[in-house]
Amino acid sequence: MAKRNEMINETNLNNQVTELSRSEAPSELLRELVAHLRQNRTQLREEWVGSISQTRLLTAMTKEEIFAEATSVYDSYVEALETETFEALQAYARNLSERIIPRGVETHEVVGIVLLLRDVLARSLFAKYQTDFKKLNRILDAYEPAANRIANTVAVGFVQERERVIRQQQEAIRELSTPVLQVRERLLILPMIGVIDPQRARQLTEQLLRGIRTNRAKVVVIDITGVAAMDVTVANHLVQTVEASRLLGATVIVTGLSPEIAQTLVTIGVDLGKMNTVGDLQGGIEQAERLLGYKVVTLAERT
Amino acid sequence: MEVPILKQGEYLIATFQAALSDADLNQLRSGLVHQVVKLRSRGVIVDVTAMDVMDSFASRTLREIAHMIRLRGAETVIVGIQPEVAFAMVQLGLTLEDVTTALDLEEGLAYLNEKFKNSH
Repeated sequence: MAKRNEMINETNLNNQVTELSRSEAPSELLRELVAHLRQNRTQLREEWVGSISQTRLLTAMTKEEIFAEATSVYDSYVEALETETFEALQAYARNLSERIIPRGVETHEVVGIVLLLRDVLARSLFAKYQTDFKKLNRILDAYEPAANRIANTVAVGFVQERERVIRQQQEAIRELSTPVLQVRERLLILPMIGVIDPQRARQLTEQLLRGIRTNRAKVVVIDITGVAAMDVTVANHLVQTVEASRLLGATVIVTGLSPEIAQTLVTIGVDLGKMNTVGDLQGGIEQAERLLGYKVVTLAERT
Repeated sequence: MEVPILKQGEYLIATFQAALSDADLNQLRSGLVHQVVKLRSRGVIVDVTAMDVMDSFASRTLREIAHMIRLRGAETVIVGIQPEVAFAMVQLGLTLEDVTTALDLEEGLAYLNEKFKNSH
């Protein structure tokens, strides 16, 4: 029994030894690879920039800019291969994305140039080791996973940065899009602009009803000149907003209905007795002033 | 919980203190309809500020109160509907048609005063 155990231990040990030598090999190969890439830096980089302009990627950038960026990408690429840590590259990718996203660089371009670099470097490895097929194979075994991981890191970094920018912009739009303004005592204006989706419509209603409460408004002018089209859900929502405002004791005047929206409202069968509509914002404010008992006169008229 | 009905000059004011049962609402209705003639009131204000839920029975009763009081020769104003309640009501189709509404008690009184100004 004891002898058998020993035997098992011995085979285990043997396995470990072979595994160790195997795991040592790729990093040694990577070192060789890195040395090769450092040596041929100038030539490979030029080749890469050449193929970037050949495939018409990064057209938003000038040649000099591409060359400068390519140099930094190349160096971080080699460094990531050497150290097998991707944090520095990740940080660089994020930084690069931050700079080039506002200039309209697309995701496919960024992924494209990194893949191009991968291919250029792979080609140079083919050229170097073409006589020793076995070694070429082993080098590629070491190179490919690392290169793919780098491509992945850069692409993910770019997309994440883009998503962050988009999220930020969405938030900004949401904040900007729902102003409830007081123009006279007890008179509010709600200008609606842009595409109204159900979520925005709900937000507008909430803000308006709260605005009526806090400003003690009696009349509200909802101006929808800036809304090109409205689907049935949102049109219904508008009608509900008008009725809810009435329950709070405020009269709503809707102004600036486009022909398309008028069509939608008629199609859904709005009770026009409940809805107070005026052609344009000026007319709406004038009618609101009449309802509130204001009369606007010029100074000349007054005297 | 019964809703107290207060006489304030020419008006009656009923203020909801909390959510009401159906029986309370019925009692309020008959109370108001009786008192409005007995006390020779010209206007009735129902203050629902404290209600954070308005079901279909409550809103139907409010509408009935307003219509019955009109038939008894006075005017009703519902005041103090909360913004959230207002929107929920509209979504349920409970829009209190033909019923006057105002923001709060002060607005309701102002409305009635304005309405009866000429007849003094």
